[in-house]
Amino acid sequence: MRIVCPFCGERELGEFTYLGDAKPVRPAAGASQDEVFDYVYLRDNVAGGTSEYWYHGGGCRAWLKITRNTLTHEISSVDPAAGVGAAKAGA
Amino acid sequence: MKYSIFSLARAALSGHKTWQRTWRDASPKDRYDVVIVGGGGHGLATAWFLASEYGIRNVAVLEKGWIGSGNAGRNTTIIRSNYGLPGNTGFYELSMKLWERMEQDLNYNTMVSQRGVINLYHSDAQRDAYARRGNTMRINGIDAELLDLAAVRKMMPFLNFDNARFPVQGGLLQRRGGTARHDAVVWGYAHAASALGVDIIQNCEVSGFVRDANGKVTGVETSRGTIGAGKVGMAVAGSSSRVAAMAGLRLPIESHVLQAFVSEAIKPLIPGVMTFGAGHFYVSQSDKGGLVFGGDIDGYNSYAQRGNLPVMEDVCEGGMALMPMIGRVRLLRQWGGIMDMSMDGSPIIDKTPVDGLYLNAGWCYGGFKATPGSGFVFAHLLARDEPHKEAARFRLDRFRRGAMIDEKGVGAQPNLH
Ligand SMILES: Cc1cc2nc3c(=O)[nH]c(=O)nc-3n(C[C@H](O)[C@H](O)[C@H](O)COP(=O)(O)OP(=O)(O)OC[C@H]3O[C@@H](n4cnc5c(N)ncnc54)[C@H](O)[C@@H]3O)c2cc1C
Ligand SMILES: [Zn+2]
Repeated sequence: MRIVCPFCGERELGEFTYLGDAKPVRPAAGASQDEVFDYVYLRDNVAGGTSEYWYHGGGCRAWLKITRNTLTHEISSVDPAAGVGAAKAGA
Repeated sequence: MKYSIFSLARAALSGHKTWQRTWRDASPKDRYDVVIVGGGGHGLATAWFLASEYGIRNVAVLEKGWIGSGNAGRNTTIIRSNYGLPGNTGFYELSMKLWERMEQDLNYNTMVSQRGVINLYHSDAQRDAYARRGNTMRINGIDAELLDLAAVRKMMPFLNFDNARFPVQGGLLQRRGGTARHDAVVWGYAHAASALGVDIIQNCEVSGFVRDANGKVTGVETSRGTIGAGKVGMAVAGSSSRVAAMAGLRLPIESHVLQAFVSEAIKPLIPGVMTFGAGHFYVSQSDKGGLVFGGDIDGYNSYAQRGNLPVMEDVCEGGMALMPMIGRVRLLRQWGGIMDMSMDGSPIIDKTPVDGLYLNAGWCYGGFKATPGSGFVFAHLLARDEPHKEAARFRLDRFRRGAMIDEKGVGAQPNLH
């Protein structure tokens, strides 16, 4: 698997870190216990096309949003995920 | 057929041409008391214990490919019971005791080899952690020995003891740990279960659940037609989320690929199973002489049953750090398996919120050693409708209750367990 970073070009997988499914959205403060449980623990765990976050730590250090097929490892799109890191960290 | 020294001698005299097949490849009946989805080690062990221990013999095991084509046939065959947390300690020891009598129970040579498992430590902190784990094991009646440097040197003189970054300081040894022949475990359970009347149905993929007006599961839709069931037990390893989704369930599980590697055969070198505590690398030597080893998962969700090169490089580096001389040994084979990575790294054995549907999942990359124990406690749950006492902490709602069994201490990060 190689990833074409929009900033650095095609790079080998070892430069990147997987940061998880892009679908779950951190619940707002004051969310119910069920919503938090859902966000922290439950996963769709899709077999097929899914969108996920990756981090290009060995390159430009950008967060990327990647559409990938979990059955074939085929990558169909790579986009900058502007602001996602800050949002995930709750900043 | 029953195996004995006489059957062996008889077959030898006729040039080994008279061996019969060891289990029946059955066709589906209309209905069973219990249907097990998944013909891996866990599914087959469950069926055998249902029949042998709980007297429930109208049982079918449905396997989408051939039995053992999943992780049961893809793992690095390590068995051990060196766990430190309540829940795990008792369960894995129950499993170890079942390994120790498996060949007699099944009348099948599963090549259980208690050659010892040693976890090496490389720092004072790691020694203390292993001492604590060893003590926990001994308090629970499980064997454990903390070895110092001199003892490790004597046992494995070929290690790179002068490694400045990861000096070997000693190890935690469980002598009763070791390996078993994984394919034989599958065939052994199939052999014994089939003899008690269990139907083993291959090339039969479950594609949906049949539910009654109250939502209770009353059967399964399969590629070989609809099959009725009093109860349905899932033991589909890396496919748990996909099968559970057919019943509308979302699980605290992600699917990840783990790779395994085998080198060309060399003379006997490694006495038992050895793990490198400074990285993640584990190795044993097969009876044919190949080094069988592995390390971390690839770290991203996958259903592809194949891995990628960076992990291969990382695993080989781990091996080289311990044993630089294996750098000249050629790698023969590599493959991947898809595992359920649960959110705390521990298994789930429970009824599901769907009536009639039972779950055996989340074994991560350590479920081979659990095979007999998993079958035993899952059969108990299916037969009695209550958890076996050694599996009472493996409930599905433990994540909601905050009662995780997080042996590695990394929280809800399935790709780090
Ligand atoms: C590379 C690797 C190395 C490992 N090393 C070790 C080790 O050294 N020690 C250890 O303890 N554990 C190890 N493990 C983990 C261990 O192999 C698994 O946890 C364990 O085998 C899982 O249980 P199982 O044997 O029943 O699973 P499987 O053998 O995977 O059984 C599940 C079965 O379900 C079938 N199935 C799936 N979906 C359907 C469907 N819809 N209909 C019908 N059938 C279906 C599959 O085809 C499969 O045969 C390793 C795993 C891997 C991948
Ligand atoms: Zn980049």
